[in-house]
Amino acid sequence: MKNVSALFQKEMRTYFTSPIAYAVMVVFLLISGYFFYGILSSFVDFSMRAAFQAQMYRMPMPKLNVNELAIRPLFQNLSVILIFMLPMITMRLFSEEKSSGTIELLYTSPITKVETILGKYLAALALYVIMILLTMVHQAFFFLYGNPEVGPVIAGYMGVLLMGAGFLSLGLLISTLTENQIIAAVIGFGVFLLLWAIGWLSNFVGPGLGRILSYLSIFEHFDDFAKGVIDTRDIVFYLSFIFFGLYLTYRSLESSRWR
Amino acid sequence: MIEVKGLTKYYGPKMAISQVTFRVQKGEILGLLGPNAAGKTTTIRILTCYMPATEGSARVAGFDVFEDSLEVRRRIGYLPENPPLYNDMTVTQYLDFVSKIKGVDGYDRKKKVQEITDLCHIEDVRDTLIGKLSKGYKQRVGLAQALVHDPEIIILDEPTIGLDPKQIIEVRELVKNLGGKHTVILSSHILPEVSQVCQRVVIINEGLVVAEDTPENLTSQLKGAERLFLDVEGPAQEVAQKIENLAGITQVTLEGSTRQGRSGFLVESELNRDVRKELAATIIRGGWGLLEMRPVGMSLEEIFLHLTTKEEEVDAR
Ligand SMILES: Nc1ncnc2c1ncn2[C@@H]1O[C@H](COP(=O)(O)OP(=O)(O)OP(=O)(O)O)[C@@H](O)[C@H]1O
Ligand SMILES: [Mg+2]
Repeated sequence: MKNVSALFQKEMRTYFTSPIAYAVMVVFLLISGYFFYGILSSFVDFSMRAAFQAQMYRMPMPKLNVNELAIRPLFQNLSVILIFMLPMITMRLFSEEKSSGTIELLYTSPITKVETILGKYLAALALYVIMILLTMVHQAFFFLYGNPEVGPVIAGYMGVLLMGAGFLSLGLLISTLTENQIIAAVIGFGVFLLLWAIGWLSNFVGPGLGRILSYLSIFEHFDDFAKGVIDTRDIVFYLSFIFFGLYLTYRSLESSRWR
Repeated sequence: MIEVKGLTKYYGPKMAISQVTFRVQKGEILGLLGPNAAGKTTTIRILTCYMPATEGSARVAGFDVFEDSLEVRRRIGYLPENPPLYNDMTVTQYLDFVSKIKGVDGYDRKKKVQEITDLCHIEDVRDTLIGKLSKGYKQRVGLAQALVHDPEIIILDEPTIGLDPKQIIEVRELVKNLGGKHTVILSSHILPEVSQVCQRVVIINEGLVVAEDTPENLTSQLKGAERLFLDVEGPAQEVAQKIENLAGITQVTLEGSTRQGRSGFLVESELNRDVRKELAATIIRGGWGLLEMRPVGMSLEEIFLHLTTKEEEVDAR
């Protein structure tokens, strides 16, 4: 446990002394802020038109659903942005240790691989949590000026957290495969995007394979959360995804020593 | 303390070391000497549990490096040939991190980091980012890292590389003082370095152990002598006498003779003097048959030659 925390602290320090953390957070906030602004304006536009029509036809003002019209699209957008941001967080975790030779220090110190993996994973996760906490500012607007239900917002955040945690475990695995951070990031984008979109294919292949593909699709599971539905099957999916990613990371480290 | 038996390592199809065997006693300083690509780093990486051997076994402090790797890693301090440094940490932060993962408790840590900073003369850069240090200072931080947790066994892979002559002497002195209390393995391709610091030397070349002895024995065996083996057909006594009288020959030993009047001789001559022409001429003039003449122990000498010429560059500051 002490070793996990030592590694965790070391990784956090690296994130925040090198500009990585700030760059990722600033870019993420700018882009998600941009989308938030877009969604908010179209929502305002829509509700103005609805109010205008109601007045024209002397009908009662319709009750607009903030959750359906604004918050769900916001979470969906967030999930796409994350596909591009998360590889930046994981790309250096192992590849940098490999290219600078510091992996030799870790391997010859009395720490286990599991401790190393956990320390690094938790640091990436912590940075990620900070990132999404910052987006709560956007949500605050909805609560100040709209009247959304709290439940779906919480569900949405849960989905974002679980999806990101899954991607991070996969990113960690990818960073063990190469010494080059850029390559780790590029493979990360590719794999994340594919997993996100793999469900589309399910319409074109046979029903059996289709069901498997849509089950594997990160997006399908995420969409439930974005709609405000917390389904244990989705939670189980993401948790096993995380576990599987970390397990493969472990196997990858084991086998690279034999080469 | 350290027991290496039949260690063999292949990188894919390429053999890096083969059947490397040696022992190190508690408190001893052992030198691992060999030219580039001899297999020093490979041997060391197996001993430090960085990678497993293809064949053979190694025990460190009674623990197998493969079976009980965690126990082994608790007991060693290791300076790899490229010091494993994090450029975005300050020296103190780095040493603190290393001592943490080496299992030094919080109470001791500050003191240990302080002590090692003083010992390795890096006080004046303690709050500098490692990425901004010069090569020599980085090397010293690497050394500090290997010693910070006061390990039983210390393994240093070419610790003086990249240092200036004054620092080289300092580091050699430091390593020498580690002996007795710690068991040390030091790899180097510089013969004088090893003979100054170590009590025993293992020489590897092309993955094989070619010699193992004290530095004194090794050097006296080879220094000041060029050795040839002769196979001559003729009366042993007479031949020996004739050869001995030649200029430049220091010693002739009869290596055994056969009934057909053939004898083998080991002829030693002064260093840097080729006596082969005179030897051949003398034997022919005597009417005897020269069946064979070949240099002996050439491979070892070559290694030494290689190693000593390297050091001349260093000494010619
Ligand atoms: N990771 C590797 N993959 C393939 N071959 C390797 C690897 N590491 C070392 N070798 C080969 O193994 C042999 C021994 O290398 P090693 O690094 O052990 O030599 P060394 O004695 O440390 O040399 P030097 O003095 O140059 O550091 C060399 O021929 C080298 O090319
Ligand atoms: Mg080497």
